[in-house]
Amino acid sequence: MPVLWIVLAVLGLGLIGFYVGRMRALGSAGGDTRQLHSLPNYYGWHAFMLTAVPALLVLAAWLLVAPNWIENTVGAGIPEATIAESGSRSLVMAEVRRAAGALDMAVQQGLMDAATSHDIDANLSDVTERLKETGAIITSDVTQPVLQAAQLYRNLSAISALWMSVAVLVLATAGFAVAVLRSDKDFRARNTVESGIKIILILASTIAILTTVGIVMSMLFETGNFFEKYPWQHFFFGTKWAPDFRGDSELGMLPLLWGTLYISFVALAVAVPIGLFAAIYLSEYAGPKLRAVAKPMIEILAGIPTIVYGLFALITVGPIVRDWFAAPLGLGNSTNSVMTAGLVMGIMLIPFVSSLSDDIINAVPQAMRDGSFGLGATHSETIKQVVLPAALPGIVGAVLLAASRAIGETMIVVMGAGAAAAQFQAGLGAVVNPFEAMTTVTVKIVSQLTGDTDFASPETLVAFALGLTLFVITLGLNVLALYIVRKYREQYE
Amino acid sequence: MTDATANAAPAPKQGKHAGSLFDADARTKKRNAAETRFRAYGLTAVGIGVAALIMLMTSILGQGLPAFNQTFITLDVYLDEAKLDKNGTRDIEAIKKVSTFGYAPLIKNAMAAKVDELGISFETFGVSGKDAEAMISKEAAAQLRRFVIAHPDRIGDTVEFEFLASGRIDGYYKGRVSMESAEKDSNVTPGQLQLADALKEGGALSTHFNWGFITMADASENRPEAAGIGVAMLGSLYMMIIVLCLALPIGVAASIYLEEFAPKNWITDLIEVNISNLAAVPSIVFGILGLAIFINYAGLPQSAPVVGGLVLTLMTLPTIIISTRASLKSVPPSIRDAALGVGASKMQSVFHHVLPLAAPGILTGTIIGLAQALGETAPLMLIGMVAFVREFPSAPPEGFFDPASALPVQVYNWTTRADPAFVERASGAIIVLLIFLLCMNFLAIVLRRRFERRW
Repeated sequence: MPVLWIVLAVLGLGLIGFYVGRMRALGSAGGDTRQLHSLPNYYGWHAFMLTAVPALLVLAAWLLVAPNWIENTVGAGIPEATIAESGSRSLVMAEVRRAAGALDMAVQQGLMDAATSHDIDANLSDVTERLKETGAIITSDVTQPVLQAAQLYRNLSAISALWMSVAVLVLATAGFAVAVLRSDKDFRARNTVESGIKIILILASTIAILTTVGIVMSMLFETGNFFEKYPWQHFFFGTKWAPDFRGDSELGMLPLLWGTLYISFVALAVAVPIGLFAAIYLSEYAGPKLRAVAKPMIEILAGIPTIVYGLFALITVGPIVRDWFAAPLGLGNSTNSVMTAGLVMGIMLIPFVSSLSDDIINAVPQAMRDGSFGLGATHSETIKQVVLPAALPGIVGAVLLAASRAIGETMIVVMGAGAAAAQFQAGLGAVVNPFEAMTTVTVKIVSQLTGDTDFASPETLVAFALGLTLFVITLGLNVLALYIVRKYREQYE
Repeated sequence: MTDATANAAPAPKQGKHAGSLFDADARTKKRNAAETRFRAYGLTAVGIGVAALIMLMTSILGQGLPAFNQTFITLDVYLDEAKLDKNGTRDIEAIKKVSTFGYAPLIKNAMAAKVDELGISFETFGVSGKDAEAMISKEAAAQLRRFVIAHPDRIGDTVEFEFLASGRIDGYYKGRVSMESAEKDSNVTPGQLQLADALKEGGALSTHFNWGFITMADASENRPEAAGIGVAMLGSLYMMIIVLCLALPIGVAASIYLEEFAPKNWITDLIEVNISNLAAVPSIVFGILGLAIFINYAGLPQSAPVVGGLVLTLMTLPTIIISTRASLKSVPPSIRDAALGVGASKMQSVFHHVLPLAAPGILTGTIIGLAQALGETAPLMLIGMVAFVREFPSAPPEGFFDPASALPVQVYNWTTRADPAFVERASGAIIVLLIFLLCMNFLAIVLRRRFERRW
């Protein structure tokens, strides 16, 4: 791994810089630290940072940009005929990358000498034979354009790697030289180091923004590609979900959205009353002993991974719902159902509702309760008529947050709700039957993006459009909830 | 007149407020009943929450605990030289040429020998030699081959081996398979089960703790008895290392800037709103990000721990930033003022005084963030970690780029397979996962108890 060696070399140089810079500064002050502007270590850190940080940043940027540039350069050189033959540019490029990797391996294992690997007129069948011997997965015979592109790919990669090493090492050495030359007793090393550290801190805090930008950009880009291949009206307003990888799919979002909302509704119908009553009981009635036991137990539910809930839905709740409710009522005979997923998701959401509501109920000032008691109200009347109205905005915020969780939840619905989309064509009964299997937006994102995917087909790209929809809905709910909660908190502080 | 009025007992009042104050009237009774009902609702809600937790745990424990035990069959295998090393040269390359198919007859013979030794015969149970061989896991031949390649000098000897019994025989002793179900099952016959009982009586078949479940790699569809969580645990460990190495420094740096240095302006506000929103973005969206940016754009390999680690880092960052900021905020301003007062710079006051005092809180938040990342499944499925991985990843740093699985994804993977034995394995893996989470949370609580300071 040459990149690792470059990193180690840069860090080593930085370490030398630390000691040289420190020594030079001390030397200029005649060994008397009182003569220095800053503490001696700051001179060392200054040299270390100037040597390592710019060099490593350039390294990271190079690693990020170079592969893309190489792909584009090589991709542009592939003749149109080859692309038409295999279907798409990305497929040809995948083949080129595989061939280039196999060439590398062949040279490494000594099956092919370096000269042959660069020979444009090499015997194709012979090359293919050698490449297959390396154990690399070469499905078909290597063709002339692919071989040429692979050779170009290898050349450019080698050149890029060489220049990267040179650039990084030169930069590190230059930084080292500047830092060491600047180290003098009058140099304000501490101020320089501190502003450097501050820049690093600022960079770290922008990663959150970069993540959001990355999420939005990646999904917008691919969603744009999707809408080029599939009309957006059919996606947003289509009432049938029937993907077909041979083409001619119907990718209407409404059945999925209906499944998502229906399951979330069932989940909230379970979680909100239970969570709210639990919060009221624990904050208003329960003695310290019960509270000390019950509150953590309910909060454990929030720390359990969703895969555990998924398994619980699959092996316990699903069969119970089928055998005790669905089958006797004649409403269905599948372990996967809206009810199964909704019930289990409801259990998962209880702690969200209860701990948020608990905080909010506790924030209602005691004076308000005392006033109500003084007028002769019972405890429950006080709660119903004074505490809850005062806490209502916060509780609404908590419910909205829980709803956003429910809509974005994946594993429980993957394992509990099933893979069949709601059949709007089959009539109202099938759509509202809670014992029917029904799929959701998140389930379909998973199923369209796992396994063999082809990023040129609308059947795969639709997952990005679904993801963007999901992101927008949950973002809207979160912003609304945070707004309500924040506005409410200001009232009593 | 005062006497008269004092002596005259007041006539019992009629109507609404008759009788003693202690006799509740109808309205009071109604209000008190409402009060009792309300309390009962609350208590029921708490009860349902606790009951749900208990039911969840008993269901997982009940299903998963048997996964740690496994049925083994002990056989004395004669390592036949004629089959394993025809030339008798003990040349390791020649021995390696014998595939696992070459080892199957040895096991078949050993099974027949064992049955003879116990004084029973296949015919009693209506079992053929082939059926008897099928009682032993297909993994046994591979186990035998590994042994022979490691010890070529033992060829020609008779060696005692403990083989895994096949999934159905194992299921018979765990209550998954019964004589009735075996009649309808094409993979097992009642005769085989009776033979297994006879072997058990003869001491050749036993059920005990199975380390293989914890150390071995995943196994294919038709040999659930050999499947383990070794690769998945290693993959999860690699990802946690990456998350810890990236999320902790970046998260702490970002929180220090936002809490101590950031000026109040719209950029800071934007960053803060961003962080609180990222904390609530569905995890699957991070999976889409990982797929689009790290795999499709940056060209990192699929199902590699490095991609999983990066995705989980981005997911954990908001959690760590939020808890770090809370613990930085809880350090009283007097500490900062004192440091500034004796001549420290702002940066020195933060790094020398505030940060060490906030460290326990930061660590607690980090551990909780890691625990959350450890249990996360959905984003990892999108970056290809559902793939069937049989090879252990190599040591870091190269191992970060090798394909691996992760504990929660392995669980999901097993639930999608047909054989019910895999559901038991999935529950067993969940127990291991929950034990890890429990340890991490316990550590966080201990840290908080031990080092938390009240100002």
